[in-house]
Amino acid sequence: MNVEDVRRDFPILHQEVNNHPLVYLDSAATSQTPAQVIDAIDDYYRRYNSNVHRGVHTLGSLATDGYEGARETVKRFLGAKRTEEIVFTRGTTAALNLVASSYGRANLTDADEIVITPMEHHSNIIPWQQAAKATGAQLKYIPLQPDGTMSIEDIRSTVTEKTKIVAVTHVSNVLGTVNPVKEIAELAHENGAVIVVDGAQAVPHMSVDVQEMNVDFYAISGHKMCGPTGIGALYGKKKWLKNMEPVEFGGEMIDFVDLYDSTWKELPWKFEGGTPIISGAIGMAAAIDYLQSIGLEEIEAHEQRLVTYAVSRMNEIEGVNVYGPEKRAGLVTFNCEGVHPHDLATVLDSKGVAVRAGHHCAQPLMKWLDVTATARASFYLYNTEEEVDVFVEALKKAKEYFGDVFI
Amino acid sequence: MSSSDQLDTLYRQVIMDHYKNPRNKGELQDGDTLKINMNNPTCGDRIQLQMKVEDGKIAEAKFIGEGCSISLSSASMMTQAIKGLDVDEALQMSDIFSKMMLGEEVDDSKFDLGDIEALQGVSKFPARIKCATLAWKAMEQGLSDGEDEDDDD
Repeated sequence: MNVEDVRRDFPILHQEVNNHPLVYLDSAATSQTPAQVIDAIDDYYRRYNSNVHRGVHTLGSLATDGYEGARETVKRFLGAKRTEEIVFTRGTTAALNLVASSYGRANLTDADEIVITPMEHHSNIIPWQQAAKATGAQLKYIPLQPDGTMSIEDIRSTVTEKTKIVAVTHVSNVLGTVNPVKEIAELAHENGAVIVVDGAQAVPHMSVDVQEMNVDFYAISGHKMCGPTGIGALYGKKKWLKNMEPVEFGGEMIDFVDLYDSTWKELPWKFEGGTPIISGAIGMAAAIDYLQSIGLEEIEAHEQRLVTYAVSRMNEIEGVNVYGPEKRAGLVTFNCEGVHPHDLATVLDSKGVAVRAGHHCAQPLMKWLDVTATARASFYLYNTEEEVDVFVEALKKAKEYFGDVFI
Repeated sequence: MSSSDQLDTLYRQVIMDHYKNPRNKGELQDGDTLKINMNNPTCGDRIQLQMKVEDGKIAEAKFIGEGCSISLSSASMMTQAIKGLDVDEALQMSDIFSKMMLGEEVDDSKFDLGDIEALQGVSKFPARIKCATLAWKAMEQGLSDGEDEDDDD
């Protein structure tokens, strides 16, 4: 993989922000979009925009082919067994909500437990809190080790015969922890539970196979993997999805509609009420094609080089605290003594460097870290070592700028 | 304008002074105080503002909280400025402050804004306006809650 070639594919990267070349280190929030994806969406709107599944006219057929072809692409990308196991959603949040609202509420009772972790994004906490409130089930947390990982012993002692659902993130959006999903799935299944995985931070950066990991549900977002916003997907094993009730009702998802009762389409369309996100799905499929043309292994290796280099350079700066385990995905969350993350992000922005500051939609994890906020730099295939240098120098400047405040 | 000049319009010396030495930081011991908790859900900043209102006047104002230089210095300046003001005047001042944050021209003849004028530069940093207005929003909520109780609607 040649990073200069990759960068040429991303028009947005070639601009100045506050009179400095843009250094975009916020891909864990939203990744940038290559021309190939922009073109695919553009082509859809210019050439065959029309509604799907009503395929009498030509454009309708083309749109249906594009949309259903995108489903096929996602299926292959995730290693799913069947195409109908892929449901398009608005994103990971909507996918996780679908599982919690449909599978969760139908299968949980007040004798059951839901097991999650403190490192979850709010989107993999709140749907379970709500399902627990609605059914009387108990919500339990697997404790974290001081470095932000989980021990198999702790997972084993938290997941019990009472557990019906284990919901866990594949990669933490704050700590960069890569969780042993396959092992957790095994423990969940031994206890008769299903495992629901938030894959939003994993699929953009590593090769994922849902059958190999033997997970029951897996949720992803398009906009974190070079695709557009507003599209994502839920993978679910057919044996679960086929018995689940839809959560949204209306057009597109019905079979027969009578005055007082209706029946649903077959999988996966019963979960896709309303005109679907056609251009989004087509854009997401183009993003998958793009990532696969470069190779997920190459992308992962590139990010690993960048994050290792970034952490080593950050450790040179006195007063910079890096959170998370040594073995991490391509992001680094940190604080700089004496500089609030907001102030830090503003100073970095003045140098053209975009980082995230705040609680990263993980307030329980901030509590665990005993901080109110942190800053995060996240890397992707288009970032370079030179950009890491610019970031580190800007970090030093921020420290200098605020350094004398507290002396 | 160079990027460090730009930063200087945001982080004026007086702001840094309030950040480093916040005025009125602490808790009012008196039981008869208004306490308003306010947070900025997008970033985790939080503040508790305490005010003692006597005969329609803000007799005391203190705050505790965690946040960035802009939110804490703004809280510090605000508590300084509203002490001794009538409730109405404090709300008017808050209105002036909101306008200032939007970069609008404000009539500053009515009040001595003092240090608060140093926060004018925040208007050029849209992402930080919510930091600056956090304490003011708490004040507005506290004072208008009192009003709501008198209303029938």
